[in-house]
Amino acid sequence: MIEVLVFATLNGLVTGLLLFMLASGLTLIFSMMGVLNFAHASFYMLGAYFAYSISLYLGFWPALIVAPVLVGLLGALIERYGLRRVHKSGHVAELIFTFGLAFLIEEAVQFFWGRATKDYRSPDLLDFPLFTLFGQNFPAYKAFMIFISIAIFIGLYFVLTRTRIGIIIQAAITHPHTVANLGHNVPLIFMAVFGVGTGLAGLAGVIAGPVLTTFPGMAVVLGSIVFVIVVIGGLGSLAGALVASLLIGLLQSYAIASDVGMPDLLAWLGVSFERDHPLNDIWRLTLPQVAPILPYLLLVLVLIFRPSGLFGKRES
Amino acid sequence: MLKYLSWALFAIALIVLPQIFTSILSVSILNQMCIAIVFALSYNMLLGQGGMLSFGHAVYFGLGGFMAVHALLAIENEEMMFSVTLIPLVGGLFGLCAALFIGSFSTHKAGTVFAMISLGVGELIAASSLILVSFFGGEAGISADRTFGPPFFGFDFAQNIEVYYLAAAWLFLATVCMYLFTQTPAGRMANAVRDNPERAEFIGYSARRVRFISFIFSGFFAGIAGGLFALNYEILTEQNLNAVTSGNVLLMAYIGGLGFFIGPMVGAVVLTLINSVLSNYTDLWLLYLGLMFVLTVMFLPRGLTGFLMMHRTPWHLGKLHLLAKPYAITAVPSAIFVLALVAIIEMSHSNAPTFNFLGIALNPDSFISWGALLIIATLAFVALRKTLPSLRDAWDTANTIDTKPQERT
Repeated sequence: MIEVLVFATLNGLVTGLLLFMLASGLTLIFSMMGVLNFAHASFYMLGAYFAYSISLYLGFWPALIVAPVLVGLLGALIERYGLRRVHKSGHVAELIFTFGLAFLIEEAVQFFWGRATKDYRSPDLLDFPLFTLFGQNFPAYKAFMIFISIAIFIGLYFVLTRTRIGIIIQAAITHPHTVANLGHNVPLIFMAVFGVGTGLAGLAGVIAGPVLTTFPGMAVVLGSIVFVIVVIGGLGSLAGALVASLLIGLLQSYAIASDVGMPDLLAWLGVSFERDHPLNDIWRLTLPQVAPILPYLLLVLVLIFRPSGLFGKRES
Repeated sequence: MLKYLSWALFAIALIVLPQIFTSILSVSILNQMCIAIVFALSYNMLLGQGGMLSFGHAVYFGLGGFMAVHALLAIENEEMMFSVTLIPLVGGLFGLCAALFIGSFSTHKAGTVFAMISLGVGELIAASSLILVSFFGGEAGISADRTFGPPFFGFDFAQNIEVYYLAAAWLFLATVCMYLFTQTPAGRMANAVRDNPERAEFIGYSARRVRFISFIFSGFFAGIAGGLFALNYEILTEQNLNAVTSGNVLLMAYIGGLGFFIGPMVGAVVLTLINSVLSNYTDLWLLYLGLMFVLTVMFLPRGLTGFLMMHRTPWHLGKLHLLAKPYAITAVPSAIFVLALVAIIEMSHSNAPTFNFLGIALNPDSFISWGALLIIATLAFVALRKTLPSLRDAWDTANTIDTKPQERT
């Protein structure tokens, strides 16, 4: 029992921190430009694919640096020549633009790399069990993932609160016009934030690719979950994004690892429904079965009862 | 008068089209169009007219469709006895019920909150459909047979063409109803709430209730589309209510043009044609579709219909002919540019040693083919850029009212 709990916690931590790397960029972009970037997970996928291609020639470690930079540059270019153009047509148009971008990137990935799963592997250097607990190995690569994610969080927090650039960014979030009047180039800041945000997503892709497999559907798998996190945490709140990421990561991990379900609940309550009925499936549900829908359930509940999210200050 | 004439033309087109395009393939494409038009119009009740961006509209389409299949099964098992022609209504009513429930909490707010709730609900229901096997049939979906009902004036709907005329009748009816809805006070208020909810509240309307009314009607018509889908394909699967279908309807409505009643219809027709025709020629058609969508959002924010409607002013000024020549001049390099790009994309995708594009043999392995295409594309692009200023000038002249030089007195 305890071993299941420990490993579920560790795995939940890995997933949660990975989700945070995506969510942090998304929430920054949102709070700055008011755009929910639907294509954010697509940049994550691009990160994994770029890193795969680079690692074929240069190995994993150069790819860890180069791929996120490339993704960030691409993101900045898309902001400059695509999103900025759509900006004048309003928020709905921007949202739809990123939606189309997500669609396009998925097709483009299939065009360049094909539909099959890519054999993108973690580096040999980290290919050993870090420790063995209750007879189960914990791979060093997962510890590396945790390390990178925490480093990113600390770095982001430091930049945003302790540096001049961070202060300008924070000011531009709430008062873009004032910041522009003070002589700062707000469009450039927007482009940079978009670039850094997508670059972070790319980095998440680089380190997640070997674990979560690199295939053209990987953006869809994470895409809506990242949205869920940003909304639950509160749009624009970095701390909220961290809490919500860990919450979702752990929630899913525990649900999958558990082996309880409705039958247990009914047995405990002493009720039984054994008639033949279309809704009978509900009484047979188990927790691992419903694990994929838990985040969405949480999302809908949060939006109904607290539309600004856990840590958010505004609704839209 | 013009209004009645366009409705009559619409009805005639619906009746005549399958007599012109009689092949099995074209009848099935026409069927798809009927379904897509109803679905896209119902979506536009939300986004275009009500200002509610939904990422989960397929839920009502799918739920209506699933219920319709269950109704077909009930007819088949002789548990119920009614004509198959009423099946879309079953779908519509179930879509309405689902929208009543979901709309009761999702229409509080428009904007991002609404969009996110619709996304969450969409994912929730799509995922549950794989779990609740007895209603949704799991991965395989559920299927039924439409021919068991009592014959309708001698038709048993075994033929696709019979289903087409049934679908066309429902399409016409639904389109008229949705058009009339835009003319009712509820439809007008939906526009007002879309544009400025605060003002609408100030004159005494509850923005939430106005949104709710649009939402349930939209669910109803999406359910009708689902019912038509069930009749046509006799099977529904999880794919019919997941995010892909929701995204598709957004694409249709947006490419067609959100601001016009006819916009989603245009979008539905164009995209269905692209889906079924382009996919015969190339397996990269989704890539082209994505490109087209992104370019539409960037350059034609009001969609295809919006682009056509931009020509209303020159038309009224009697200056439309001034645009013909600049358009033709710009069209030549753009066509060459697009074709060269398509050739490059297709060539890099093909595995065969030689590759035929529009009758020209290209060799994917030779630098000559690549270089020639790249040079052509670049030249065409440069030429295209060169023609744009004169096009813009022509556009400006065509849109200005001629004023005679005033004589001094």
